[in-house]
Amino acid sequence: MRGTVMEKESIKSFWKQSVHLMERIGSGEKLVLSDLLEPVKTSSSLAAVKKQLNRVKSKKTVELPLHKEEIERIHREVAFNKTSQVLSKWDPVVQKNRQAEQLVFPLSKQQSIFAPIEHVVSGWKARTPLEQEIFNLLHKNKQPVTDPLLTPMEKASLKAMSLEEVKMRRAELQRARALQSYYEARARREKKIKSKKYHKLLKKGKAKQALKEFEKLRKVNPAAALEELEKLEKARMMERMSLKHQNSGKWAKSKAVMAKYDLEARQAMQEQLARNKELMQKIQVASESAEEEGGAEEEGEPFVPDVVNEVQMKVDRPNPWMFRNHSGDTKEAEVQGDPEELAEPAAQEAPESEEEGPAVAEEILLKEFEERRSLRQKSGLNQIAKPVGSQEAKDLSSQEVLSELRALSQKLNRESHQSRKQELSSTRTVLVVQREEAAREEEEPLLLQRPERARTLDELEELGKEGCFQNKELPRVAVEGQQLERNPSNHLGVPKEKKRKEQMIDLQNLLTTKSPSMKSLAVPTTVEELEDEERDQRQMIKEAFAGDDVIRDFLKEKREAVEASKPKDVDLTLPGWGEWGGVGLKPSAKKRRRFLIKAPEGPPRKDKNLPNVILNEKRNIHAVAHQVRMLPYPFTHHQQFERTIQTPIGSTWNTQRSFQKLTMPKVVTKPGHIIKPIKAEDVGYRSSSRSDLSVIQRNPKRLSIRHKKQLKKNSVD
Amino acid sequence: METVPKLGNNVPPKKDKLQGKKKKPWERRSPGPQRSLSGAQDPFAGPAPVPVAVVQKFCRIDKSKKLPRSETKIRSRLEAAEAQEEEISVKAARSELLLAEEPGFLEGENGEDTAKICQADIVEAVDIASAAKHFDLNLRQFGPYRLNYSRTGRHLAFGGRRGHVAALDWVTKKLMCEINVMEAVRDIRFLHSEALLAVAQNRWLHIYDNQGIELHCIRRCDRITRLEFLPFHFLLATASETGFLTYLDVSVGKIVAALNARAGRLNIMTQNPYNAVIHLGHSNGTVSLWSPAMKEPLAKILCHRGAVRAVAVDSTGTHMATSGLDHQLKIFDLRGTFQPLSARTLPQGAGHLAFSQRGLLAAGTGDVVNIWAGQGKASPPSLEQPYLTHRLSGHVHGLQFCPFEDVLGVGHSGGITSMLAPGAAEPNFDGLESNPYRSRKQRQEWEVKALLEKVPAELICLDPRALAEVDVISLEQEKKERLERLGYDPGTKPPFQPKPKQKGRSSTASLVKRKRKVMDEEHRDKVRQSLEQQPQKQEKAKPMGARPSALDRFVR
Repeated sequence: MRGTVMEKESIKSFWKQSVHLMERIGSGEKLVLSDLLEPVKTSSSLAAVKKQLNRVKSKKTVELPLHKEEIERIHREVAFNKTSQVLSKWDPVVQKNRQAEQLVFPLSKQQSIFAPIEHVVSGWKARTPLEQEIFNLLHKNKQPVTDPLLTPMEKASLKAMSLEEVKMRRAELQRARALQSYYEARARREKKIKSKKYHKLLKKGKAKQALKEFEKLRKVNPAAALEELEKLEKARMMERMSLKHQNSGKWAKSKAVMAKYDLEARQAMQEQLARNKELMQKIQVASESAEEEGGAEEEGEPFVPDVVNEVQMKVDRPNPWMFRNHSGDTKEAEVQGDPEELAEPAAQEAPESEEEGPAVAEEILLKEFEERRSLRQKSGLNQIAKPVGSQEAKDLSSQEVLSELRALSQKLNRESHQSRKQELSSTRTVLVVQREEAAREEEEPLLLQRPERARTLDELEELGKEGCFQNKELPRVAVEGQQLERNPSNHLGVPKEKKRKEQMIDLQNLLTTKSPSMKSLAVPTTVEELEDEERDQRQMIKEAFAGDDVIRDFLKEKREAVEASKPKDVDLTLPGWGEWGGVGLKPSAKKRRRFLIKAPEGPPRKDKNLPNVILNEKRNIHAVAHQVRMLPYPFTHHQQFERTIQTPIGSTWNTQRSFQKLTMPKVVTKPGHIIKPIKAEDVGYRSSSRSDLSVIQRNPKRLSIRHKKQLKKNSVD
Repeated sequence: METVPKLGNNVPPKKDKLQGKKKKPWERRSPGPQRSLSGAQDPFAGPAPVPVAVVQKFCRIDKSKKLPRSETKIRSRLEAAEAQEEEISVKAARSELLLAEEPGFLEGENGEDTAKICQADIVEAVDIASAAKHFDLNLRQFGPYRLNYSRTGRHLAFGGRRGHVAALDWVTKKLMCEINVMEAVRDIRFLHSEALLAVAQNRWLHIYDNQGIELHCIRRCDRITRLEFLPFHFLLATASETGFLTYLDVSVGKIVAALNARAGRLNIMTQNPYNAVIHLGHSNGTVSLWSPAMKEPLAKILCHRGAVRAVAVDSTGTHMATSGLDHQLKIFDLRGTFQPLSARTLPQGAGHLAFSQRGLLAAGTGDVVNIWAGQGKASPPSLEQPYLTHRLSGHVHGLQFCPFEDVLGVGHSGGITSMLAPGAAEPNFDGLESNPYRSRKQRQEWEVKALLEKVPAELICLDPRALAEVDVISLEQEKKERLERLGYDPGTKPPFQPKPKQKGRSSTASLVKRKRKVMDEEHRDKVRQSLEQQPQKQEKAKPMGARPSALDRFVR
């Protein structure tokens, strides 16, 4: 209310009313503020005052001006942001120039890329009257302007069909569309049905239908039926693999919580489990030829039509594991895994041919097989007599047998394949089957006696391989033995360390090799004359070399080299320090141990596993002088840098072009040209950056909204 | 004659183009055929595709090594390097087109043994120019001959034991010089060009020019038995009876290194053309590998039970053939393992061995030369079946395949025989490097360039690619020194130092607390990382160990 001058009249009226108030005071009544304000309200002459009052109320106090430093700081910040924003547009340019393979100064403007002629032509317009006339003509006749092979008419005519064709096509399409809409409508309707019973019935009906169809298919087209069966099998496999119906899903878990109280939930869970069981069940179809599965019967294995098995044998599945699994399933508990499995495919495949040749061969093979078996048994008996090392020998022999088995089976297979090729019609003759079975019966007891056997085909194969390997190695070992016997000095020198002995053996192996056939190798004349004496000569050579043992010398040399390259221990013991010293007195072992500084074990030698090689571990200091020893800037690991310098850049290894490209200088300056600083125009920016900068510098008070806000915030604080 | 051996340049089956999963830019053709103005379409738009196998041949970046994690900046560099390599190798693969010649071969008719085909048959079958390359020089007088072809394969020098030295252009049969040095000649060798000739005579090493004029007598190299010339280093390596291996730099005439092999008389020497390492054969069955930079052998390989009689290394430096007194012929792998790949016994053992440019192995046993062939260029020769055999009129004393010609030169006691060995030599020559048809001017030009590009002798090492690697030991040493000098490692992050705070919040306890906080955070990060890595490690480790079989439960 300061600074306002009331008018006289208004004061008068005010007083008039206040007289009334005075009276009230005199009567002893209490006065409230509102009573006091009342006269003000009523009097219209005081409106101006009121307005003023209101205005004052709405106005805030003027803030204190900020510190000078603070203002400056804000200005600086703003200026920095602005400038960096302006300058940031140069970032890509700088980046590009840094990464550029070559910079040519003075920088020239980017040249426009050559446009393909089609683009040029499409943008081209006829200007001269002649051109216009020509183009008019062309356009009128719908002649192609840019692609003058075909006119649009011609193209259309090429694409067009005959009327009848079109009609037929349209009808077809209409029909298809109608059918689709019907089908969709039906599906939608059926989907809407909420009755569970209905769906259950539907499902059952479908299942029945499927079964019926399958039966029919089996009669009409067994191959297709088999496919169906396989599908079932696949579903079973999938089920076995997945946890879909194992009551382990989210839904099933929630149901499991409910199941205690909710009958429905329990049922649902059971249903799911039942489904699982159903899917997991093996396909069981009554077999037609029960006598086929002689071995399987006793184990109570479910019957499977042999057709199924056979097909699975024949069909080359992509995944061999599946095949193996299956065969394993069918004869899981068979007493003898290997021979049965080996013989079975043969038995199933071989009889398909009635030719005499392969059958005879088979017989012979089987005989051979048995002979070997008996032989092995004998050797087994021998082994029992020998207590020491029998285990190894047993292994060996069994592996040998296994390898033989494998070879046999391969032979059989090969033969059967050939025979199958020869004859297409495949009928089983009773005779062959009988013989086959007889053979198997003969084998079985023998096989039962075997203490160790391989169970799967796979294992068998592996063992066979090992056996082969061992067989190969055997002669070598024998040779070794002979040599060791012949060279007693070897025996004396070696047995220090087992490891060294192994090395030795390796070396021996390396140096003794069998000689391949001498066929078609022209023999020098002198030898031809002395061919029968060759053996004697060899003997002579052996005798000549008996004295100097090359291998031992070499090993010794190697040992010395290894010792020399090892880092040496430092012995800091002072004899006589803390104890008696003198001639013939040695510092105590404890002391020596204490003051011996063991050298750290160096990296393993490169020739550690190469018995016949001594590699020099010394650094080639002359070559090292030529090597890079500092990593250039961006690289943090030497491998990274090495990778960038692995490609040779010389003209010897590169084509001329690539050589020039590889060796071109990073910066090229044209002689006689002034190199001016880079300008915005040079790199394709329109406005010059300098003007932006100057604006800011000249007029630092021009602030962005954001910064105004910031200012305000500062002032509030 | 029933069998007519096929010899010539039949077109081999075209290389099948590998279809990689990722299409390389040079394989990709532009998506749609470009429409030209005329409307005609280019049926072969874009650059011609290059077979992957050929490109692979020129790729040199070893991508098998896994790199440590790298920042973007480094990664971009690496990518650039890889892109560059690819571009270059594609260019090189494209230029293979210019190698028009194809190697010759010899094929027996339906399974006929090629070793049965004699030289006369081959000569009969080939064209006149090739037939002229088979000849015999009957020089019975001056005893077993050593011979050497020049690097271009155009010139032949031979020296007889009894002092007969001659050099000739063997293609035109033009004699350059013929002298008798009146001293035993142990070995003969061309220096970098056909103009200079080093002859190891009974006492000293002599150098003659192509006129037969003696230029130098090097007395520091005495009683030389074998000579070997390293063309890129301009080094003449000599092995002496006294057991010294001496390297003579022929460009400056200085002895670079004289190494004592400490293995008695040296008379078996060969060079590895890939890395210029000298292989010496010793009487204790070892072969030692030498470089002038090292006083000791780079490697020693025990090859035979008896003394080594001959050593040869193939042009790619991957295989070494050795023969010993134990009548064995072995082929060793020189790529790090030095293990024998194959071996066979020869009736009398091979006294001389030689590899051709394309990997044929010739062995001279007595008066017979056997040649074995491999599958391709870099494959070792299979010793089962000889490819060719030839009987000579005298005992073999020197063997060398002629470069760029399908010819094997044999020096024997009856003179010199030049026999045809189809498929022995590289069919295409580098005109700038070793041009058989070069003129004198070109030779001089090449000489200057070769001298400028001379490789220092100390760079000879077992793995020449190792020179392109960073010297890690020096690097580590330097790093350590810098750390010592500066007192801190500029590469690592400085330890966290809490900023001082006001109003009593900068008490020691709170400072320690703050420090601890940061430390713990870092530690947690580390643990987290290691935890992340662990499952990966386990996954990796799993397949290593023997897998427990389901059948193990039945094992008693």
